[in-house]
Amino acid sequence: MRTLKLVAVSAGLSSPSSTRLLADRLLQITRHRLAEQEYAVDVDVVELRDVAVDIANGLVTGFPSERLQEAIDKVTGADGVIAVTPVFTASYSGLFKSFFDLIDPAALTGTPVLIGATGGTARHSLVLDHALRPLFAYLRAVVAPTAVYAASEDWGSGGDAYTEGLPSRITRAGTEFADLIAGRPERTREDDEIVPFAQQLADLRLGQAY
Amino acid sequence: MQFGIFTVGDVTTDPTTGRTPTEHERIKNTVAIALKAEEVGLDVFATGEHHNPPFVPSSPTTLLGHIAARTENLVLSTSTTLITTNDPVKIAEDYATLQHLADGRVDLMMGRGNTGPVYPWFGQDIRQGIPLAIENYALLHKLWREDVVDWEGKFRTALQGFTSTPRPLDDVPPFVWHGSIRSPEIAEQAAYYGDGFFANHIFWPKQHTEKMVGLYRRRYAHYGHGTPEQAIVGLGGQVFMRRNSQDAVREFRPYFDNAPVYGHGPSLEDFSRETPLTVGSPQQVIERTLSFRDYVGDYQRQLFLIDHAGLPLKTVLEQLDILGEEVVPVLRKEFASLRPAGVPETAPLHPAVRKNTDGHHDTGTDGHHHTGAQVRNQEV
Repeated sequence: MRTLKLVAVSAGLSSPSSTRLLADRLLQITRHRLAEQEYAVDVDVVELRDVAVDIANGLVTGFPSERLQEAIDKVTGADGVIAVTPVFTASYSGLFKSFFDLIDPAALTGTPVLIGATGGTARHSLVLDHALRPLFAYLRAVVAPTAVYAASEDWGSGGDAYTEGLPSRITRAGTEFADLIAGRPERTREDDEIVPFAQQLADLRLGQAY
Repeated sequence: MQFGIFTVGDVTTDPTTGRTPTEHERIKNTVAIALKAEEVGLDVFATGEHHNPPFVPSSPTTLLGHIAARTENLVLSTSTTLITTNDPVKIAEDYATLQHLADGRVDLMMGRGNTGPVYPWFGQDIRQGIPLAIENYALLHKLWREDVVDWEGKFRTALQGFTSTPRPLDDVPPFVWHGSIRSPEIAEQAAYYGDGFFANHIFWPKQHTEKMVGLYRRRYAHYGHGTPEQAIVGLGGQVFMRRNSQDAVREFRPYFDNAPVYGHGPSLEDFSRETPLTVGSPQQVIERTLSFRDYVGDYQRQLFLIDHAGLPLKTVLEQLDILGEEVVPVLRKEFASLRPAGVPETAPLHPAVRKNTDGHHDTGTDGHHHTGAQVRNQEV
């Protein structure tokens, strides 16, 4: 059976960061679930902090540095992507958005994505659904139904009568995400295809849509 | 092989003095730079085309016509001519006229431009960039080869019984290059027509150039114009030189750090590593330029960008002296000795230029004609 590539993108800024902590937990449960289905899994983490300057330079110059290209290739070549950001000023962090701004809009088409966010208060939890989910919808990724928000208090409390605790939300998200990945056919990446010139001309002359 | 310079025509404040040239100065300086290029034995001068500040070259054939009248051997070209937003009929007329005035010393490079609003300003839609480039060039190609043209397309008024005048000099249209950084459709277009392909090769890592040139060469052969090695390739490049490389770096750094496009981004060192930018001694420029051949193969034209980012005229003219005296003569010899038989030395020259060349100039070791300055410089 083929080896699945699982990549987590963490936009946490401190080290250690709760964003990275959440990314690791999501990675762990997903790997575990896939292993139960007898998949071999390679996991990798892209820490955006490590390529923060490269991201800024990439925006200015229009091309990624070698190091940034490696990070982008990891993400676009993955069978599943876990994307976790801290909440800054009511949305994903600028660093998180800038990284995805540098990814070709078609490169994540069909890729299963699990989204997560961290913040100081649970009042920001809908950021997952009003900011992250539309971003990945635009990229035509397949976003897992359960997204995980971890507020500071979640790291020190269990669930209550109304809400599941963080561990069970992580487990539910990872389980759904693993099923999404396992159910998908192997991705094939084609090199830039050439549209033969006669076809390009014909498209114009015949007035077909292009 | 042909060597030359290409200009963007930016009016940029000199960051070391705070002085901004007027548009008038910039235009006159551009002429001085072109004349100097001929004087030091370079082969080509090419101008960009822009329709917004801080750029001055909105009217390339006016500039090139003036330069044509004041030069003897320099090939006049563009980098690029906007095939998307110019009327192809006007391009056909303007450049055919220029060709007559310059006695054939004209070729041009098609490009799509990189300034979004230029499309709507000229009544076009940027989302149609590639189809515009394809259709407009198809019409231009026809206008220069058929005396009477009937035409219907999507983007301009139909033509019935139209003749573009003047006809190209001796009925040989200007040679055309197609420039693109990363659109395979344009490499395919160049290959289809057997035209040249020019890679910007300034702002982006070499991998893009390598990929696009490779594609163009394969498709050139596919369309039966020759072997992949015989395809006509041109490259850009960006250099700043002083005898001592540390002096070059020290002098160029403020211009780099404040340059339009990449200024205030990566360091000069990072950008030099990641792109073909070379700041250093003439020998370093020679070595770097020769290394381009490793990933694009033997190519026919090398243009350098040397007059941007607010560099003063005096400095630019000094750069031209170094290019003409120390760099290009060595590159000519080295590239010629590496180039296998059967690979063209240059893009096709107009018969009027070839005739002029055969009659008036010696042929150098690489079979390319040399002006007196070039012959002299080879002995340095």
